[in-house]
Amino acid sequence: MSKYLLSAGDLSRAQAVELLDIAEGMADVNDREIKKLPTLRGKTVVNLFFEDSTRTRISFELAAKRLSADVINFSAKGSSVSKGESLKDTAQTLEAMGADAVVIRHQASGAANVLAHSGWINGAIVNAGDGTHEHPTQALLDAFTMRKRIHGKNSLDGLKVAIVGDVLHSRVARSNLLLLNTLGAEVHFVAPPTLLPANPASWRAKLHYSLDETLLVEKPDVVMMLRVQAERMNASFFPTEREYSRIWGFNADRLKTLKPGAFLMHPGPMNRGLEIDAVSADSPQSTVLEQVANGVSVRMAVLYSLLSGERSTDV
Amino acid sequence: MSNSFVLKNVGLADGTITDIMVEGEKITAVQPGLSGGETIDCSGLVALPGFVDLHTHLREPGFEQSETVLTGTQSAAMGGFTAVHAMANTSPVADTAGVVEQVAALGREAGYADVYPIGAVTVGLEGKQLAELGAMANSKAKVRVFSDDGKCVHDPVLMRRALEYVKAFGGVIAQHAQDPRLTEGAQMHEGAVSAELGLTGWPSVAEEAIIARDVLLAEHVGSRIHICHLSTAGSVEIVRWAKARGIQVTAEVTPHHLLLTDELVRSYDAVYKVNPPLRTAEDVQALRAALVDGTIDIIATDHAPHPIESKDCEWSAAAFGMLGLETAASIAQEVLINSGNSSWSRMAEVLSINPAKIAGDAEQGQEIKVGAIANLALIDPTVKRKVVADSASKSKNSPYVGLELPGFIQHTIYRGYFTVRNGQIAEKGRN
Repeated sequence: MSKYLLSAGDLSRAQAVELLDIAEGMADVNDREIKKLPTLRGKTVVNLFFEDSTRTRISFELAAKRLSADVINFSAKGSSVSKGESLKDTAQTLEAMGADAVVIRHQASGAANVLAHSGWINGAIVNAGDGTHEHPTQALLDAFTMRKRIHGKNSLDGLKVAIVGDVLHSRVARSNLLLLNTLGAEVHFVAPPTLLPANPASWRAKLHYSLDETLLVEKPDVVMMLRVQAERMNASFFPTEREYSRIWGFNADRLKTLKPGAFLMHPGPMNRGLEIDAVSADSPQSTVLEQVANGVSVRMAVLYSLLSGERSTDV
Repeated sequence: MSNSFVLKNVGLADGTITDIMVEGEKITAVQPGLSGGETIDCSGLVALPGFVDLHTHLREPGFEQSETVLTGTQSAAMGGFTAVHAMANTSPVADTAGVVEQVAALGREAGYADVYPIGAVTVGLEGKQLAELGAMANSKAKVRVFSDDGKCVHDPVLMRRALEYVKAFGGVIAQHAQDPRLTEGAQMHEGAVSAELGLTGWPSVAEEAIIARDVLLAEHVGSRIHICHLSTAGSVEIVRWAKARGIQVTAEVTPHHLLLTDELVRSYDAVYKVNPPLRTAEDVQALRAALVDGTIDIIATDHAPHPIESKDCEWSAAAFGMLGLETAASIAQEVLINSGNSSWSRMAEVLSINPAKIAGDAEQGQEIKVGAIANLALIDPTVKRKVVADSASKSKNSPYVGLELPGFIQHTIYRGYFTVRNGQIAEKGRN
């Protein structure tokens, strides 16, 4: 994975499994009383966030701090154009200050790729979400969560995962698709037709319109609900929030149809009452808080793999 | 009439080898064995009538950091062009007689090509109210082509009126076919690649629906219509149908839509960001076939210079558009000649004769014969060249840098004057 993590598709199966294994070790650290390793002492990690995301930023910040790296949060809210400083100038500024790794969240799809291939910056780059493209550490933490729940297995071979909601605009869905394919899981997307891409020809996933039918027929091991973004509400992707919630939302009735051992995921933050109801969100099947905890471990593993000296060229 | 010269052993489009004598701005003899004045050996070169670009963004006035009339026409000359039609999306917009006359005057002053300003259809390209089309037609610039290019004349009533109104002075509306609602926030062709990349799609139907509407409008009011930068296989089908029905429609394709596909966007390199977007390989094949069979009438460059900072950024922040003047002939040669699918005569039609006819440029696109204006492009078809970033244009946003393309413009003769000689731009224009 060189010094970049731009796409979940960059990881081979062996690399992905190794990252998840490293994350196991990191999880142990997070259970200790003193939750800190000296591994990245003297390294500087910059969280470059062009888009608000307190959760992801805090998760990366905590991950870097637990590895003893110095962390700088660079919040450049709004588009780079409106702010008057280009992505290029921002990147070169960070480079001049000696950043060892840049964790970038940006509203433009491909922003992390541009940063990596522009020559503006020499450090490691982690894509923490680029527009509607990818969010690879989310996919890693989701895979990690699934692996923990199904106990002891190395990969996710044969696991049936149904991802439900705004697939079209979801970077979580894209990264999960790639990583789940790599790890051997079977991906099912469930969404209203308006929220699926017009031409998913190259996607290795089965597409469904009906959540109930998918739950009944496919009997998924994992159901992952996607957040409905506020900007979709009034753009005719679906008639009303109520109708969406009735047909594609997860609720107590649907929770009962899950097969034993199956579980329910959500990348957060949840719209309670829209794509997921309170009963489901707070049920034992829900992994929402585990995902948050695992996010720190997985991001520690990613930063460690990209930055620790002996692992600088391969994972 | 100081300048007079003879081009020796020139190949014409039909394959005959002959000599061409030029005196002043006219061709005065076309036959073997000519002598007199300066003699220039043109063995191995193919002479075509000077190219006419119906779709050029010269950027002046208003965006001189990207291009000026001078640098744009120098770039045109390097590409074998002797005439360009300057799009109206300048600042101020070319929607009044004053602006079009200024652009035409800058063109004459530069002296590297005939510059025909295109007038805006609507005031400020805003699609609300017709610009003074008659005033522009009757101005010294004698505008005959009108376009809101960059934006679609979306209002059907406004489009209908424009199509009708320009009949008063033999004008033509060149439509940028793009339904604005279907393409809100669009970044690239909507298809398998956009689905993977998470970039907002620009669906083919947004172009095809407007073309379908407009050929029917043109039929209804008995007007001519020209379709700018047609980019999809479906658009080809609609134009083919319209022509078979007798509708007076002409269509252009850009060099980049004949060569490049949306797969290139995977790099997120904004040099590939253009409007309409790069489409699929199937679309490219359909466009090539349509260019050969005559459904598409012309190649027009949509030469769209942008400064470095407009491309050296994240994809969604980048500007739409790419350079095209200095590579158009090479791509035409690749598609028509090297492919074995067509002929030099067809290349002369699509790059010179037909665009001049559509725009009514009487002194351009003339057959190479005695009495014609000496507008000539002399091509060495055997050369393969690797495209470099430096060019006569003020901008560098060429998507072809590093690619090897066939053919080289050895000389460009504009009204009897060498604007390009041995691949070098003339230090001064014709005046």
